[in-house]
Amino acid sequence: MHPLVMLLPDPWQEASLLLLTTAVGIVMILVPLLLSVAYLTFAERKVIGYMQSRLGPNRVGPYGWLQPIADAMKLMFKEVVIPSGANRGLFLAAPILSLTPSLAAWAVIPFNDTAVLADINAGLLYVLALTSLAVYGVIIAGWASNSKYAFLGALRSAAQIVAYEIAMGFALVGVLIAGGSLNLGDIVRAQSGSVLHWFWLPLLPLFVIYFISGVAETNRAPFDVVEGESELVAGFHVEYGGMAFAMFFMAEYANMIMIAVLCALLFMGGWLSPFESVPWLGEQLVLPGLFWLLAKTSLFLFLFLWLRATFPRYRYDQVMRLGWKVFIPIAIVWVTLVGLLAALRVPPWFD
Amino acid sequence: MTLIAFYGFAGLYLLSGLLVVTLRNPMHAALSLVLAFFSSAALWLFLQAEFLALLLVLIYVGAVMVLFLFVVLLLDINLAVLREGFIRWLPVGGAVAIAMAVGIIAALYTELEDAAGAVALPADYGSAAWIGQHLYTAYLYPFELAGAVLLVAIVAAIAMTHRGRRRRRAQDPAAQSRVQASRRVRLVQLDKDS
Repeated sequence: MHPLVMLLPDPWQEASLLLLTTAVGIVMILVPLLLSVAYLTFAERKVIGYMQSRLGPNRVGPYGWLQPIADAMKLMFKEVVIPSGANRGLFLAAPILSLTPSLAAWAVIPFNDTAVLADINAGLLYVLALTSLAVYGVIIAGWASNSKYAFLGALRSAAQIVAYEIAMGFALVGVLIAGGSLNLGDIVRAQSGSVLHWFWLPLLPLFVIYFISGVAETNRAPFDVVEGESELVAGFHVEYGGMAFAMFFMAEYANMIMIAVLCALLFMGGWLSPFESVPWLGEQLVLPGLFWLLAKTSLFLFLFLWLRATFPRYRYDQVMRLGWKVFIPIAIVWVTLVGLLAALRVPPWFD
Repeated sequence: MTLIAFYGFAGLYLLSGLLVVTLRNPMHAALSLVLAFFSSAALWLFLQAEFLALLLVLIYVGAVMVLFLFVVLLLDINLAVLREGFIRWLPVGGAVAIAMAVGIIAALYTELEDAAGAVALPADYGSAAWIGQHLYTAYLYPFELAGAVLLVAIVAAIAMTHRGRRRRRAQDPAAQSRVQASRRVRLVQLDKDS
Protein backbone atom coordinates (compact mmCIF):
# COMPACT_ATOMS: atom_id res chain seq x y z
CA MET A 1 0.00 0.00 0.00
CA HIS A 2 1.24 3.46 -0.86
CA PRO A 3 2.51 5.47 2.16
CA LEU A 4 0.21 8.35 1.28
CA VAL A 5 -2.80 6.06 1.48
CA MET A 6 -1.62 4.88 4.92
CA LEU A 7 -1.96 8.42 6.24
CA LEU A 8 -5.71 8.38 5.72
CA PRO A 9 -8.12 7.26 8.49
CA ASP A 10 -8.95 3.58 8.30
CA PRO A 11 -12.35 3.51 6.52
CA TRP A 12 -11.01 5.82 3.81
CA GLN A 13 -7.99 3.66 2.97
CA GLU A 14 -9.93 0.98 1.19
CA ALA A 15 -12.18 3.49 -0.58
CA SER A 16 -9.29 5.56 -1.90
CA LEU A 17 -7.49 2.45 -3.09
CA LEU A 18 -10.62 1.36 -4.94
CA LEU A 19 -10.92 4.84 -6.43
CA LEU A 20 -7.30 4.74 -7.59
CA THR A 21 -7.50 1.31 -9.24
CA THR A 22 -10.78 2.26 -10.92
CA ALA A 23 -9.29 5.49 -12.24
CA VAL A 24 -6.29 3.61 -13.66
CA GLY A 25 -8.68 1.10 -15.26
CA ILE A 26 -10.74 3.88 -16.83
CA VAL A 27 -7.62 5.47 -18.33
CA MET A 28 -6.46 2.08 -19.62
CA ILE A 29 -9.75 1.62 -21.46
CA LEU A 30 -10.46 5.15 -22.64
CA VAL A 31 -7.05 6.08 -24.08
CA PRO A 32 -6.92 3.12 -26.52
CA LEU A 33 -10.62 3.62 -27.23
CA LEU A 34 -10.23 7.28 -28.20
CA LEU A 35 -7.17 6.44 -30.30
CA SER A 36 -9.23 3.75 -32.04
CA VAL A 37 -11.98 6.30 -32.65
CA ALA A 38 -9.47 8.67 -34.26
CA TYR A 39 -7.99 5.98 -36.48
CA LEU A 40 -11.37 4.48 -37.31
CA THR A 41 -12.24 7.74 -39.05
CA PHE A 42 -8.97 7.40 -40.99
CA ALA A 43 -9.66 3.74 -41.79
CA GLU A 44 -13.14 4.64 -42.97
CA ARG A 45 -11.87 7.25 -45.40
CA LYS A 46 -9.17 4.91 -46.68
CA VAL A 47 -11.41 1.85 -47.02
CA ILE A 48 -14.23 3.73 -48.73
CA GLY A 49 -11.66 5.50 -50.88
CA TYR A 50 -10.19 2.25 -52.15
CA MET A 51 -13.65 0.74 -52.66
CA GLN A 52 -14.48 3.72 -54.87
CA SER A 53 -11.13 3.66 -56.73
CA ARG A 54 -9.75 6.69 -54.92
CA LEU A 55 -6.68 6.98 -52.70
CA GLY A 56 -8.22 8.58 -49.63
CA PRO A 57 -6.21 10.92 -47.39
CA ASN A 58 -2.47 10.47 -48.10
CA ARG A 59 -0.87 13.91 -47.59
CA VAL A 60 -0.36 14.34 -43.83
CA GLY A 61 2.56 12.28 -42.56
CA PRO A 62 3.70 8.98 -44.12
CA TYR A 63 0.79 7.44 -46.11
CA GLY A 64 -1.54 9.96 -44.45
CA TRP A 65 -1.20 8.34 -41.02
CA LEU A 66 -1.21 11.68 -39.20
CA GLN A 67 -4.49 12.79 -40.80
CA PRO A 68 -6.65 12.13 -37.67
CA ILE A 69 -4.24 14.22 -35.56
CA ALA A 70 -4.48 17.07 -38.05
CA ASP A 71 -8.28 16.78 -38.05
CA ALA A 72 -8.38 16.89 -34.25
CA MET A 73 -6.12 19.96 -34.15
CA LYS A 74 -8.29 21.76 -36.68
CA LEU A 75 -11.52 20.98 -34.80
CA MET A 76 -10.04 22.05 -31.46
CA PHE A 77 -9.11 25.49 -32.74
CA LYS A 78 -12.44 26.16 -34.43
CA GLU A 79 -15.04 28.33 -32.74
CA VAL A 80 -18.23 26.77 -31.42
CA VAL A 81 -20.87 29.08 -32.86
CA ILE A 82 -24.09 29.23 -30.86
CA PRO A 83 -27.00 30.10 -33.16
CA SER A 84 -29.30 32.99 -32.24
CA GLY A 85 -32.48 31.76 -30.57
CA ALA A 86 -30.78 28.54 -29.50
CA ASN A 87 -31.23 27.28 -25.97
CA ARG A 88 -27.66 27.93 -24.84
CA GLY A 89 -27.40 25.51 -21.91
CA LEU A 90 -28.98 22.54 -23.67
CA PHE A 91 -27.15 23.35 -26.92
CA LEU A 92 -23.83 22.88 -25.13
CA ALA A 93 -25.05 19.95 -23.01
CA ALA A 94 -26.19 17.88 -26.00
CA PRO A 95 -22.73 16.78 -27.25
CA ILE A 96 -21.74 15.85 -23.70
CA LEU A 97 -24.95 13.85 -23.23
CA SER A 98 -24.22 12.07 -26.47
CA LEU A 99 -20.58 11.19 -25.71
CA THR A 100 -20.88 10.24 -22.02
CA PRO A 101 -23.09 7.12 -22.33
CA SER A 102 -21.06 5.80 -25.25
CA LEU A 103 -17.91 5.94 -23.10
CA ALA A 104 -19.56 4.79 -19.83
CA ALA A 105 -20.88 1.62 -21.45
CA TRP A 106 -17.30 0.32 -21.75
CA ALA A 107 -17.11 -0.24 -17.98
CA VAL A 108 -18.57 -3.75 -18.20
CA ILE A 109 -16.87 -5.01 -21.38
CA PRO A 110 -14.58 -7.98 -20.61
CA PHE A 111 -11.36 -7.94 -22.65
CA ASN A 112 -10.31 -11.44 -21.68
CA ASP A 113 -11.12 -13.98 -19.02
CA THR A 114 -10.15 -11.66 -16.16
CA ALA A 115 -9.69 -8.13 -17.52
CA VAL A 116 -12.94 -6.27 -16.84
CA LEU A 117 -13.39 -2.97 -15.03
CA ALA A 118 -16.76 -3.66 -13.39
CA ASP A 119 -17.78 -7.32 -13.33
CA ILE A 120 -21.45 -6.70 -12.54
CA ASN A 121 -24.14 -9.34 -12.82
CA ALA A 122 -26.49 -7.37 -15.04
CA GLY A 123 -23.76 -6.27 -17.48
CA LEU A 124 -25.77 -6.89 -20.64
CA LEU A 125 -28.67 -4.85 -19.30
CA TYR A 126 -26.29 -2.05 -18.31
CA VAL A 127 -24.94 -1.86 -21.86
CA LEU A 128 -28.45 -1.88 -23.33
CA ALA A 129 -29.60 0.83 -20.89
CA LEU A 130 -26.66 3.09 -21.62
CA THR A 131 -26.77 2.70 -25.39
CA SER A 132 -30.46 3.63 -25.24
CA LEU A 133 -29.47 6.96 -23.68
CA ALA A 134 -27.53 8.06 -26.76
CA VAL A 135 -30.77 9.30 -28.31
CA TYR A 136 -31.04 12.13 -25.77
CA GLY A 137 -27.99 13.90 -27.15
CA VAL A 138 -29.53 13.79 -30.61
CA ILE A 139 -33.01 14.94 -29.54
CA ILE A 140 -31.69 17.77 -27.36
CA ALA A 141 -29.26 18.89 -30.07
CA GLY A 142 -32.09 18.99 -32.60
CA TRP A 143 -34.41 20.89 -30.31
CA ALA A 144 -31.91 23.34 -28.83
CA SER A 145 -30.41 24.35 -32.20
CA ASN A 146 -33.53 26.30 -33.22
CA SER A 147 -33.20 25.01 -36.77
CA LYS A 148 -35.73 23.12 -38.87
CA TYR A 149 -33.16 20.75 -40.37
CA ALA A 150 -31.78 19.81 -36.98
CA PHE A 151 -35.30 19.43 -35.63
CA LEU A 152 -36.38 17.04 -38.38
CA GLY A 153 -33.20 15.03 -37.92
CA ALA A 154 -33.90 14.72 -34.20
CA LEU A 155 -37.46 13.54 -34.82
CA ARG A 156 -36.31 10.91 -37.29
CA SER A 157 -33.62 9.75 -34.90
CA ALA A 158 -36.01 9.39 -31.97
CA ALA A 159 -38.44 7.28 -33.99
CA GLN A 160 -35.69 5.16 -35.52
CA ILE A 161 -33.84 4.43 -32.30
CA VAL A 162 -37.00 3.48 -30.40
CA ALA A 163 -38.02 1.15 -33.24
CA TYR A 164 -34.68 -0.64 -33.53
CA GLU A 165 -34.09 -0.83 -29.81
CA ILE A 166 -37.03 -3.23 -29.48
CA ALA A 167 -35.60 -5.59 -32.10
CA MET A 168 -32.18 -5.25 -30.47
CA GLY A 169 -33.63 -6.01 -27.04
CA PHE A 170 -35.30 -9.17 -28.34
CA ALA A 171 -32.04 -10.30 -29.94
CA LEU A 172 -30.34 -9.85 -26.57
CA VAL A 173 -33.11 -11.83 -24.85
CA GLY A 174 -32.13 -14.73 -27.11
CA VAL A 175 -28.49 -14.36 -26.07
CA LEU A 176 -29.43 -14.27 -22.42
CA ILE A 177 -31.50 -17.45 -22.72
CA ALA A 178 -28.67 -19.22 -24.52
CA GLY A 179 -25.96 -17.92 -22.17
CA GLY A 180 -28.04 -18.35 -19.02
CA SER A 181 -26.64 -15.13 -17.57
CA LEU A 182 -26.65 -11.35 -17.93
CA ASN A 183 -22.93 -11.16 -17.14
CA LEU A 184 -20.94 -10.63 -20.33
CA GLY A 185 -18.03 -12.76 -19.12
CA ASP A 186 -20.34 -15.67 -18.31
CA ILE A 187 -22.00 -15.36 -21.73
CA VAL A 188 -18.60 -15.74 -23.43
CA ARG A 189 -17.64 -18.65 -21.16
CA ALA A 190 -20.92 -20.38 -22.09
CA GLN A 191 -19.72 -20.37 -25.71
CA SER A 192 -16.45 -22.20 -25.10
CA GLY A 193 -15.85 -25.40 -27.03
CA SER A 194 -15.31 -24.70 -30.70
CA VAL A 195 -16.48 -22.37 -33.44
CA LEU A 196 -19.67 -24.41 -33.65
CA HIS A 197 -20.39 -23.77 -29.95
CA TRP A 198 -20.44 -20.02 -30.47
CA PHE A 199 -23.90 -18.51 -30.42
CA TRP A 200 -23.84 -17.29 -34.02
CA LEU A 201 -25.09 -20.69 -35.13
CA PRO A 202 -28.15 -21.30 -32.91
CA LEU A 203 -28.98 -17.59 -32.87
CA LEU A 204 -28.19 -16.81 -36.53
CA PRO A 205 -31.35 -14.72 -37.27
CA LEU A 206 -30.91 -12.83 -33.99
CA PHE A 207 -27.25 -12.24 -34.82
CA VAL A 208 -28.16 -10.69 -38.18
CA ILE A 209 -30.95 -8.65 -36.57
CA TYR A 210 -28.63 -7.46 -33.83
CA PHE A 211 -25.93 -6.28 -36.19
CA ILE A 212 -28.32 -4.51 -38.57
CA SER A 213 -30.17 -2.91 -35.63
CA GLY A 214 -26.79 -1.81 -34.34
CA VAL A 215 -26.07 -0.11 -37.65
CA ALA A 216 -29.47 1.59 -37.42
CA GLU A 217 -28.96 2.61 -33.77
CA THR A 218 -25.64 4.26 -34.51
CA ASN A 219 -27.27 6.13 -37.42
CA ARG A 220 -24.78 4.74 -39.89
CA ALA A 221 -25.35 4.26 -43.61
CA PRO A 222 -27.59 2.83 -45.04
CA PHE A 223 -29.76 3.94 -42.08
CA ASP A 224 -28.37 7.47 -41.80
CA VAL A 225 -31.67 9.22 -42.55
CA VAL A 226 -30.97 11.18 -39.37
CA GLU A 227 -28.11 12.96 -41.10
CA GLY A 228 -29.39 12.53 -44.64
CA GLU A 229 -27.23 15.24 -46.22
CA SER A 230 -29.26 15.27 -49.42
CA GLU A 231 -32.43 16.15 -47.49
CA LEU A 232 -31.42 17.62 -44.14
CA VAL A 233 -27.93 19.05 -44.85
CA ALA A 234 -26.42 17.24 -41.86
CA GLY A 235 -29.43 16.54 -39.65
CA PHE A 236 -29.28 17.05 -35.93
CA HIS A 237 -25.72 18.47 -35.79
CA VAL A 238 -26.11 20.96 -38.65
CA GLU A 239 -25.61 23.96 -36.32
CA TYR A 240 -22.58 22.57 -34.50
CA GLY A 241 -18.94 23.34 -35.20
CA GLY A 242 -15.53 22.79 -33.68
CA MET A 243 -15.18 20.49 -30.68
CA ALA A 244 -18.94 20.30 -30.08
CA PHE A 245 -19.33 18.76 -33.52
CA ALA A 246 -16.31 16.53 -32.93
CA MET A 247 -17.92 15.14 -29.77
CA PHE A 248 -20.96 13.96 -31.75
CA PHE A 249 -18.60 12.26 -34.15
CA MET A 250 -16.57 10.67 -31.36
CA ALA A 251 -19.79 9.37 -29.81
CA GLU A 252 -20.89 7.87 -33.13
CA TYR A 253 -17.59 6.08 -33.68
CA ALA A 254 -17.33 4.91 -30.06
CA ASN A 255 -20.84 3.47 -30.44
CA MET A 256 -19.81 1.70 -33.64
CA ILE A 257 -16.86 0.08 -31.85
CA MET A 258 -19.21 -0.80 -28.98
CA ILE A 259 -21.67 -2.58 -31.30
CA ALA A 260 -18.78 -4.41 -32.98
CA VAL A 261 -17.33 -5.54 -29.62
CA LEU A 262 -20.77 -6.69 -28.46
CA CYS A 263 -21.31 -8.69 -31.66
CA ALA A 264 -17.95 -10.37 -31.04
CA LEU A 265 -18.71 -11.04 -27.36
CA LEU A 266 -22.30 -12.19 -27.66
CA PHE A 267 -22.28 -14.16 -30.89
CA MET A 268 -18.69 -14.86 -31.94
CA GLY A 269 -17.13 -16.19 -28.75
CA GLY A 270 -15.43 -12.98 -27.56
CA TRP A 271 -11.84 -13.68 -26.55
CA LEU A 272 -12.09 -17.43 -27.36
CA SER A 273 -9.82 -18.76 -30.07
CA PRO A 274 -11.55 -20.08 -33.21
CA PHE A 275 -9.06 -23.01 -33.24
CA GLU A 276 -9.97 -24.10 -29.73
CA SER A 277 -10.72 -27.75 -30.43
CA VAL A 278 -9.04 -28.12 -33.81
CA PRO A 279 -6.72 -31.18 -33.32
CA TRP A 280 -3.19 -29.95 -34.12
CA LEU A 281 -3.62 -26.23 -34.75
CA GLY A 282 -5.39 -25.64 -31.43
CA GLU A 283 -2.26 -26.52 -29.41
CA GLN A 284 0.24 -24.81 -31.72
CA LEU A 285 -1.55 -21.51 -32.17
CA VAL A 286 -2.01 -20.04 -28.70
CA LEU A 287 -2.54 -16.29 -28.90
CA PRO A 288 -3.74 -13.95 -26.14
CA GLY A 289 -7.51 -13.63 -25.82
CA LEU A 290 -7.36 -9.89 -26.40
CA PHE A 291 -5.96 -10.54 -29.88
CA TRP A 292 -8.95 -12.66 -30.89
CA LEU A 293 -11.43 -10.16 -29.43
CA LEU A 294 -9.83 -7.27 -31.30
CA ALA A 295 -9.59 -9.30 -34.52
CA LYS A 296 -13.32 -10.11 -34.39
CA THR A 297 -14.17 -6.51 -33.52
CA SER A 298 -12.13 -5.23 -36.46
CA LEU A 299 -14.00 -7.61 -38.75
CA PHE A 300 -17.35 -6.13 -37.70
CA LEU A 301 -16.01 -2.59 -37.98
CA PHE A 302 -14.90 -3.35 -41.52
CA LEU A 303 -18.44 -4.58 -42.17
CA PHE A 304 -19.76 -1.19 -41.02
CA LEU A 305 -17.53 0.58 -43.54
CA TRP A 306 -18.26 -1.94 -46.27
CA LEU A 307 -22.01 -1.41 -45.82
CA ARG A 308 -21.55 2.34 -46.09
CA ALA A 309 -19.57 2.06 -49.31
CA THR A 310 -22.01 -0.39 -50.85
CA PHE A 311 -25.62 0.51 -50.16
CA PRO A 312 -27.67 3.60 -50.99
CA ARG A 313 -29.59 5.19 -48.11
CA TYR A 314 -32.89 3.62 -47.10
CA ARG A 315 -36.03 5.64 -47.59
CA TYR A 316 -37.42 6.74 -44.23
CA ASP A 317 -40.67 4.74 -44.30
CA GLN A 318 -38.73 1.67 -45.42
CA VAL A 319 -36.47 2.00 -42.38
CA MET A 320 -39.54 1.96 -40.15
CA ARG A 321 -41.09 -0.96 -42.02
CA LEU A 322 -37.91 -3.04 -41.70
CA GLY A 323 -37.72 -2.40 -37.97
CA TRP A 324 -41.33 -2.91 -36.95
CA LYS A 325 -42.71 -5.35 -39.51
CA VAL A 326 -39.71 -7.54 -40.34
CA PHE A 327 -37.20 -7.60 -37.49
CA ILE A 328 -39.50 -7.61 -34.47
CA PRO A 329 -41.71 -10.55 -35.67
CA ILE A 330 -38.66 -12.63 -36.69
CA ALA A 331 -36.96 -11.88 -33.36
CA ILE A 332 -40.05 -12.86 -31.32
CA VAL A 333 -40.44 -16.15 -33.21
CA TRP A 334 -36.74 -17.01 -32.82
CA VAL A 335 -36.68 -16.12 -29.12
CA THR A 336 -39.61 -18.50 -28.59
CA LEU A 337 -37.72 -21.20 -30.50
CA VAL A 338 -34.54 -20.63 -28.49
CA GLY A 339 -36.59 -20.82 -25.29
CA LEU A 340 -37.95 -24.21 -26.41
CA LEU A 341 -34.46 -25.48 -27.31
CA ALA A 342 -33.15 -24.34 -23.94
CA ALA A 343 -36.04 -26.00 -22.09
CA LEU A 344 -35.38 -29.27 -23.96
CA ARG A 345 -31.60 -28.89 -23.33
CA VAL A 346 -30.64 -29.51 -26.95
CA PRO A 347 -26.87 -30.17 -27.30
CA PRO A 348 -24.32 -28.84 -27.99
CA TRP A 349 -25.42 -25.29 -27.07
CA PHE A 350 -28.07 -25.72 -24.41
CA ASP A 351 -26.90 -28.74 -22.39
CA MET B 1 -20.22 7.22 2.68
CA THR B 2 -23.30 5.26 1.55
CA LEU B 3 -25.45 7.57 3.63
CA ILE B 4 -24.03 10.68 1.92
CA ALA B 5 -24.66 9.16 -1.50
CA PHE B 6 -28.18 8.13 -0.47
CA TYR B 7 -29.16 11.58 0.74
CA GLY B 8 -27.52 13.15 -2.31
CA PHE B 9 -29.59 11.08 -4.72
CA ALA B 10 -32.74 11.41 -2.61
CA GLY B 11 -32.34 15.19 -2.60
CA LEU B 12 -31.73 15.19 -6.35
CA TYR B 13 -34.84 13.05 -6.79
CA LEU B 14 -37.06 15.45 -4.83
CA LEU B 15 -35.56 18.51 -6.50
CA SER B 16 -36.00 17.17 -10.02
CA GLY B 17 -39.54 16.03 -9.20
CA LEU B 18 -40.33 19.55 -8.03
CA LEU B 19 -38.81 21.01 -11.18
CA VAL B 20 -41.03 18.81 -13.36
CA VAL B 21 -44.15 20.59 -12.11
CA THR B 22 -42.73 24.10 -11.73
CA LEU B 23 -40.59 24.67 -14.85
CA ARG B 24 -42.28 26.71 -17.58
CA ASN B 25 -40.64 25.07 -20.58
CA PRO B 26 -42.16 21.62 -21.32
CA MET B 27 -38.82 20.38 -22.73
CA HIS B 28 -37.03 21.33 -19.51
CA ALA B 29 -39.81 19.71 -17.46
CA ALA B 30 -39.51 16.46 -19.43
CA LEU B 31 -35.72 16.44 -18.98
CA SER B 32 -36.18 16.98 -15.23
CA LEU B 33 -38.40 13.91 -15.22
CA VAL B 34 -35.52 12.00 -16.84
CA LEU B 35 -33.25 13.18 -14.03
CA ALA B 36 -35.86 12.06 -11.49
CA PHE B 37 -35.92 8.56 -13.01
CA PHE B 38 -32.14 8.44 -12.90
CA SER B 39 -31.91 9.38 -9.24
CA SER B 40 -34.61 6.87 -8.29
CA ALA B 41 -32.69 4.20 -10.20
CA ALA B 42 -29.62 5.14 -8.16
CA LEU B 43 -31.68 4.77 -4.97
CA TRP B 44 -32.79 1.30 -6.07
CA LEU B 45 -29.14 0.33 -6.46
CA PHE B 46 -28.72 0.92 -2.72
CA LEU B 47 -31.46 -1.70 -2.15
CA GLN B 48 -29.39 -4.24 -4.13
CA ALA B 49 -32.01 -4.18 -6.88
CA GLU B 50 -29.56 -3.63 -9.72
CA PHE B 51 -31.69 -5.55 -12.20
CA LEU B 52 -34.75 -3.39 -11.50
CA ALA B 53 -32.69 -0.19 -11.42
CA LEU B 54 -31.26 -0.91 -14.88
CA LEU B 55 -34.72 -1.85 -16.17
CA LEU B 56 -36.03 1.48 -14.89
CA VAL B 57 -33.36 3.33 -16.85
CA LEU B 58 -33.83 1.15 -19.93
CA ILE B 59 -37.63 1.32 -20.11
CA TYR B 60 -38.56 4.68 -18.62
CA VAL B 61 -35.54 6.75 -19.65
CA GLY B 62 -34.65 4.88 -22.82
CA ALA B 63 -38.11 4.36 -24.27
CA VAL B 64 -41.01 6.04 -22.45
CA MET B 65 -39.37 9.44 -22.01
CA VAL B 66 -38.15 9.41 -25.61
CA LEU B 67 -41.77 9.11 -26.71
CA PHE B 68 -42.68 11.89 -24.24
CA LEU B 69 -40.06 14.14 -25.79
CA PHE B 70 -41.34 13.15 -29.21
CA VAL B 71 -44.79 14.43 -28.25
CA VAL B 72 -43.34 17.60 -26.72
CA LEU B 73 -41.38 18.23 -29.91
CA LEU B 74 -44.29 17.57 -32.25
CA LEU B 75 -47.14 19.27 -30.47
CA ASP B 76 -47.28 22.99 -30.22
CA ILE B 77 -48.26 23.00 -26.57
CA ASN B 78 -50.08 26.06 -25.35
CA LEU B 79 -48.44 26.74 -22.00
CA ALA B 80 -50.96 29.30 -20.78
CA VAL B 81 -53.83 26.81 -21.07
CA LEU B 82 -51.78 24.07 -19.43
CA ARG B 83 -50.86 26.22 -16.46
CA GLU B 84 -54.31 27.72 -15.99
CA GLY B 85 -55.55 25.37 -13.29
CA PHE B 86 -52.33 25.18 -11.28
CA ILE B 87 -53.54 27.09 -8.20
CA ARG B 88 -57.09 25.73 -8.43
CA TRP B 89 -56.01 22.09 -8.42
CA LEU B 90 -53.15 22.60 -5.99
CA PRO B 91 -55.22 21.63 -2.88
CA VAL B 92 -56.43 18.40 -4.56
CA GLY B 93 -52.93 17.48 -5.73
CA GLY B 94 -51.47 18.35 -2.35
CA ALA B 95 -54.08 16.21 -0.57
CA VAL B 96 -53.29 13.21 -2.82
CA ALA B 97 -49.57 13.70 -2.21
CA ILE B 98 -49.99 13.89 1.57
CA ALA B 99 -52.29 10.84 1.59
CA MET B 100 -49.71 8.83 -0.38
CA ALA B 101 -46.86 9.98 1.84
CA VAL B 102 -48.80 8.98 4.96
CA GLY B 103 -49.62 5.60 3.41
CA ILE B 104 -46.00 4.91 2.51
CA ILE B 105 -44.69 5.95 5.93
CA ALA B 106 -47.35 3.86 7.72
CA ALA B 107 -46.51 0.83 5.60
CA LEU B 108 -42.81 1.34 6.29
CA TYR B 109 -43.32 1.48 10.03
CA THR B 110 -45.42 -1.69 10.18
CA GLU B 111 -42.86 -3.42 7.97
CA LEU B 112 -40.05 -2.32 10.25
CA GLU B 113 -41.87 -3.64 13.30
CA ASP B 114 -42.52 -6.96 11.58
CA ALA B 115 -38.91 -7.27 10.52
CA ALA B 116 -37.56 -6.91 14.05
CA GLY B 117 -35.61 -10.14 13.59
CA ALA B 118 -34.30 -9.21 10.15
CA VAL B 119 -33.98 -12.17 7.79
CA ALA B 120 -30.78 -12.55 5.78
CA LEU B 121 -31.48 -12.05 2.09
CA PRO B 122 -30.63 -14.90 -0.30
CA ALA B 123 -27.41 -14.45 -2.24
CA ASP B 124 -29.07 -13.90 -5.60
CA TYR B 125 -31.68 -11.51 -4.17
CA GLY B 126 -32.86 -9.06 -6.82
CA SER B 127 -31.27 -10.89 -9.74
CA ALA B 128 -33.18 -11.59 -12.94
CA ALA B 129 -33.51 -15.30 -12.12
CA TRP B 130 -34.80 -14.61 -8.59
CA ILE B 131 -37.39 -12.09 -9.80
CA GLY B 132 -38.47 -14.38 -12.64
CA GLN B 133 -38.96 -17.33 -10.31
CA HIS B 134 -41.10 -15.34 -7.91
CA LEU B 135 -43.04 -13.56 -10.63
CA TYR B 136 -43.99 -16.78 -12.39
CA THR B 137 -44.83 -18.82 -9.28
CA ALA B 138 -46.08 -16.88 -6.26
CA TYR B 139 -47.26 -13.82 -8.19
CA LEU B 140 -48.39 -15.49 -11.42
CA TYR B 141 -52.04 -14.34 -11.33
CA PRO B 142 -51.38 -10.64 -10.56
CA PHE B 143 -48.66 -10.70 -13.20
CA GLU B 144 -50.90 -12.21 -15.88
CA LEU B 145 -53.68 -9.80 -14.89
CA ALA B 146 -51.36 -6.82 -15.33
CA GLY B 147 -50.31 -8.18 -18.71
CA ALA B 148 -53.95 -8.56 -19.80
CA VAL B 149 -54.75 -4.98 -18.69
CA LEU B 150 -51.79 -3.66 -20.70
CA LEU B 151 -52.89 -5.64 -23.75
CA VAL B 152 -56.42 -4.23 -23.50
CA ALA B 153 -54.95 -0.74 -23.21
CA ILE B 154 -52.81 -1.26 -26.33
CA VAL B 155 -55.76 -2.57 -28.34
CA ALA B 156 -57.93 0.31 -27.12
CA ALA B 157 -55.28 2.89 -28.01
CA ILE B 158 -54.96 1.49 -31.53
CA ALA B 159 -58.73 1.25 -31.96
CA MET B 160 -59.15 4.88 -30.91
CA THR B 161 -56.53 6.27 -33.28
CA HIS B 162 -56.90 3.92 -36.23
CA ARG B 163 -58.72 5.67 -39.07
CA GLY B 164 -59.08 2.72 -41.39
CA ARG B 165 -57.34 1.98 -44.61
CA ARG B 166 -59.82 3.17 -47.19
CA ARG B 167 -59.45 6.92 -46.85
CA ARG B 168 -55.67 6.88 -46.92
CA ARG B 169 -53.64 7.62 -49.98
CA ALA B 170 -50.30 6.62 -48.48
CA GLN B 171 -47.91 4.35 -50.31
CA ASP B 172 -47.82 0.66 -49.59
CA PRO B 173 -44.14 -0.04 -48.81
CA ALA B 174 -44.68 -3.79 -48.87
CA ALA B 175 -45.98 -3.63 -52.45
CA GLN B 176 -43.18 -1.26 -53.38
CA SER B 177 -40.44 -3.52 -52.15
CA ARG B 178 -41.98 -6.52 -53.96
CA VAL B 179 -41.64 -4.74 -57.31
CA GLN B 180 -39.34 -6.36 -59.84
CA ALA B 181 -37.70 -4.61 -62.74
CA SER B 182 -39.03 -7.16 -65.20
CA ARG B 183 -42.61 -6.14 -64.39
CA ARG B 184 -41.98 -2.43 -64.76
CA VAL B 185 -39.83 -2.13 -67.86
CA ARG B 186 -40.56 -3.94 -71.09
CA LEU B 187 -37.72 -4.03 -73.59
CA VAL B 188 -39.03 -4.04 -77.12
CA GLN B 189 -37.00 -5.23 -80.07
CA LEU B 190 -37.65 -2.71 -82.85
CA ASP B 191 -37.40 -3.65 -86.46
CA LYS B 192 -34.87 -1.32 -88.03
CA ASP B 193 -36.50 -1.28 -91.48
CA SER B 194 -39.88 0.00 -90.35
